[in-house]
Formats: sequence, structure tokens, C-alpha cells
Amino acid sequence: MSNPASIRSCGDCCTRLVDFGVMLGGSAVLEHINLHMHCGELTAVIGPNGAGKTTLLRAMIGDLPHSGSLRFIHRGNLESAKPLRIGYVPQKLEIDNTSPTTVIDLFAATLTRWPLWLGQRASIRRKTRENLALVGADSLLDRKLAEISIGQLQRVFLALALIPVPELLLLDEPVSGVDRAGTELFYQTVSRMRTEFDLSILLVSHDFAAAARVADRILLLNRSILCDGQPRDVLLNPLIRQTFGFGFADTEIPDRHPLDHALRHEAHQPSPDGGRVLS
Amino acid sequence: MIPFWSDWVAQLPFEWAHYGFMQSALLAVLLVTPLLALLGCLVVNNQMAFLSEAMGHSTLTGLAIGVLLGLREPVTAVVGFAVVLGILMFLMRRYSSLPPDTAIALVMAIVVSLGVVLLSRGGGFSKFSRYLIGDILTISPAAIGWLAGVLVLVLLVWCFLFNSLFVVYLNPSLAASRGFPVRRMELFFTVLVAVVVALSMPWVGLLVINSMLILPAAAARRLARSTRQYVLFALAIGILSGVLGLVTSFYWDTATGATMVLWAGGFFAASTFFRR
Repeated sequence: MSNPASIRSCGDCCTRLVDFGVMLGGSAVLEHINLHMHCGELTAVIGPNGAGKTTLLRAMIGDLPHSGSLRFIHRGNLESAKPLRIGYVPQKLEIDNTSPTTVIDLFAATLTRWPLWLGQRASIRRKTRENLALVGADSLLDRKLAEISIGQLQRVFLALALIPVPELLLLDEPVSGVDRAGTELFYQTVSRMRTEFDLSILLVSHDFAAAARVADRILLLNRSILCDGQPRDVLLNPLIRQTFGFGFADTEIPDRHPLDHALRHEAHQPSPDGGRVLS
Repeated sequence: MIPFWSDWVAQLPFEWAHYGFMQSALLAVLLVTPLLALLGCLVVNNQMAFLSEAMGHSTLTGLAIGVLLGLREPVTAVVGFAVVLGILMFLMRRYSSLPPDTAIALVMAIVVSLGVVLLSRGGGFSKFSRYLIGDILTISPAAIGWLAGVLVLVLLVWCFLFNSLFVVYLNPSLAASRGFPVRRMELFFTVLVAVVVALSMPWVGLLVINSMLILPAAAARRLARSTRQYVLFALAIGILSGVLGLVTSFYWDTATGATMVLWAGGFFAASTFFRR
């Protein structure tokens, strides 16, 4: 059963979308999106291909123009259109095999102005190593992006999204193409970050079972929000069958992950894809 | 500057170093090859090799306009046209509903045809054919000055904006989420490529200019363990190919631009045998 007590809506910061919409090439890709997310809450967005899931995230980070309003209430209840600090983990990156870009290159380019080709300074290396350690990836510092696994790559992007610590974290299908063990590790890391930093998280996912396990709430999106509620309620809604052509029986929906237990377990052994999760 | 340089080169114990045209050409090579190699690193990273190829060919039209206007040094027309071309390519690649490579091919087709029509009016195209293969041996001090100026510009850009350009093309959404001005950086880089290619084209040659942009970076990519090594190796391979190409073209009596490219191609071929 989903556990309402675990929804840690502290109420002192939130993201509010009012009548939010995006037009692309003259047609409405998203319209009438009304959404209210509290910090500490993990919201999963599901929907068919072309539903506008990625578009929603891109419009929220300012990569696409939008209509309607996107308001943020910061800690201390100052409402403004000025964005919260947003962390963003992109979909799987297309990287060719010969790409020389390393993990430290990615961090140094994003976080500093000192040109990459003149080398990195010790301070950024130290900071990057510390943040990679948060996601159990500190051994990857000098590895090329092209030669690490997709699961490792996504944890690297997660670590990057955590500098500076955001108030809202957007994850765009972060585990598509990641193996089972890597997926599990990624979600555990995300859940731990949420508890540790009290983040609001918006997660686009194709994996309904995973969404049911980690999310406090699921949105069914198809151009607009069709359904919004606790994972079990949304997944049992007839709209799911109408949208995807298949539905769920009550017994097929996993319970929310007993996360703390999993983490305690995880901390004592090497993670499945070679990194270490620090407790 | 140039007399000082000539005196210095003339002291080298080589036959070619005693010729004035080779002394100028060597200086030009030492300016143009690092310029193209530096830019090439990001062109290859950003998967813009076809765009830069199209820019190289389209540059002919800037030249045609300069000739048509009766300018003695058509360089201002060439640069001005390159800026317009860069903006046009950016808009087509970014906003056209066509696939990006089709949009680029379309612009190139029209622009190149326009250039050929302008230059061939009255049957006089043959006097422009030297631009096809490049003519670094006849470079003037003024043209060397332009190359030096644009090399300084690129070095400044590489010092102040390299990281931004790197992130913007690595993942535009990630860059946008961190407040990088994505569209402006893309526009800026496209125009920069257009201007550099336009200024280098007459000396390296329209047919092969893109190779000197792409090959050093492509070879360096196979050898490099980091972005720093990538840029430094590309510079080394670019400059080495340029100097070797210039000297061997002197002895073989061949077109310098294409000879430089063959050396760069040789370095690329060698890099494929290198196992990391």
C-alpha cells in the first residue's frame, strides 16, 4: 500500500504550474497543466510516446517557451517567478565511441569558466570527487563518458544535478537502457538524495512498476494531465487501459519500496555495477 | 614583423627556406592550421562536419559578391557574407521543419549555384579556379594579418567561452537548466565557423578546407584520454600536417592545401592503429 505518511510535504517550498502549456510548430503539445509539487515529494510522470513528458521538463527548465505560469515558492514563502534551483538529469546521452570527454571534463565545463583544454584545477577535482561519492561513482572521475555503463553515466549526471543542491530535481527517463541492477541502484540513490536534501522530484518514467515503488504520486500525462493521485489509484484507473491498451490487476502493483531497509542493506556491500554506495 | 620572420626562416638549413613566398607561406600555415584545428575540435564534438563543409563551399559566393562589387581585396565581402551565411545556416538547422542535414544541403546548393553563376558571367570562371585548390604560396601580408587577427579572436573565445560552447552542444537541455544561453551560443559558434572557414578558404582551398578542420580533431580523438589532450593533440597534428604539407608540396610541386590534407589523413590513418 502507498503510505501517505511518507509524503513529506513540508510546505515551505513548492512548485506550482497554473494553466501551463507549450506550443510547438503551431500545435499544442501540452495544455491546461495544473500541478502543485511540494518539496520532499517524488512525482512520477507516465504517459504514451509523444504525450509531452520530455516537453514538460524542457519547458520547466526554460529550454522551450511556455504559456500559463510557472511559480515557485521558495523557502521562507517568497512567491516568485524566479526559478528554484533546478537540477536536471537528461535522457541517455548519445556519445560516440571516440568521444574523449571525461567525467571531470563534464563537471569542470559545467561548473567553472576555466577552459577545459588548459586542464582542471585541484578545487574542482576535489568538489567533483566529493559529489560523485554521494552517488557511489567517485572512482569514475577520470573515465571517459563513452566507456562507462549507462547506469554509471546516469548516476554521474545525478551527481552533477546536485551541484548546487537543487530544490527541484527533474529526471527525464533516467534509467532507459539501464540494466536491472543499475536501475535499482539509481532509484535507491535518488530516494536517498530526496531524504537527505528534502528535494521535490519530478520523474518521467516508462517503468510503471518502478514508478509505483518509488513515487508518492503519479501523473498520467497525455497532452494534459488525465489523472493525478497516489500510485495505486492511478494505475488502477480505467484511463490507464484506455491510454496504453493494457491495465493492471491490484496484485500486480508493487508496494512502495521499504527504502530505508534497502539502503541499510546496500551500504554494506558493493553495488551491482561496481560502484560503492556510501552510507 | 614579416621582414623579421623572413630573416629568421632564411637561416634554416633548407633549400625551400630561402624563398620569400615559402617564408610567407610558412607563417600563414602556422596561423591557419592551429586556427582550423582548434575550431575542428568543437566542430567534431558538435557533429557539425557537414555544416562546416557546406560553409566552405558557400564561401565562394561571398567572394563572388566581393568581385562583383569591384573590391580589390574582397575580404570584407567574404567576412560579411560569412556572417549572413552563419545566421542563415543556424536558422535553417534549428528552426526548419526539414531534417537538419537536408536543410543545410539546400542552403548550400542554392548559395553555391548563386556564386558560380555570378563568377561565371561572361565565361570567366577559370580565373577563380585557384580558389578551388587554394593558393597559400601567394598570400599577401594583409591576408596574413587577417589570419593572425582571427586566430587571436578564436584563442580569446577558447579562453572565455570554450566551456559554455562545450556544454551547450553536449546537451542543450542540461545547458539550459543551468542557465547557459543555448540559442545565442549556437548562433555565435555557427557564425564563428563561417567566418574562420571563409577567411581560410582562399589559402587552403575550397575543396579541402573542411578536411583541415575535421581530420586533426578526428585523429586526436582516437588518441586523447581527456578533452585537454584532445585539443592539444589536434593542434599538434594540425600544425605538423600543415608544415609537412607545405614543405613536401614544394618538392613535389603540388597544391599545398591538398598535400597538407594528405598528411593529416595519414595521421588519422595512423591513429586508427593506435589502441588505447
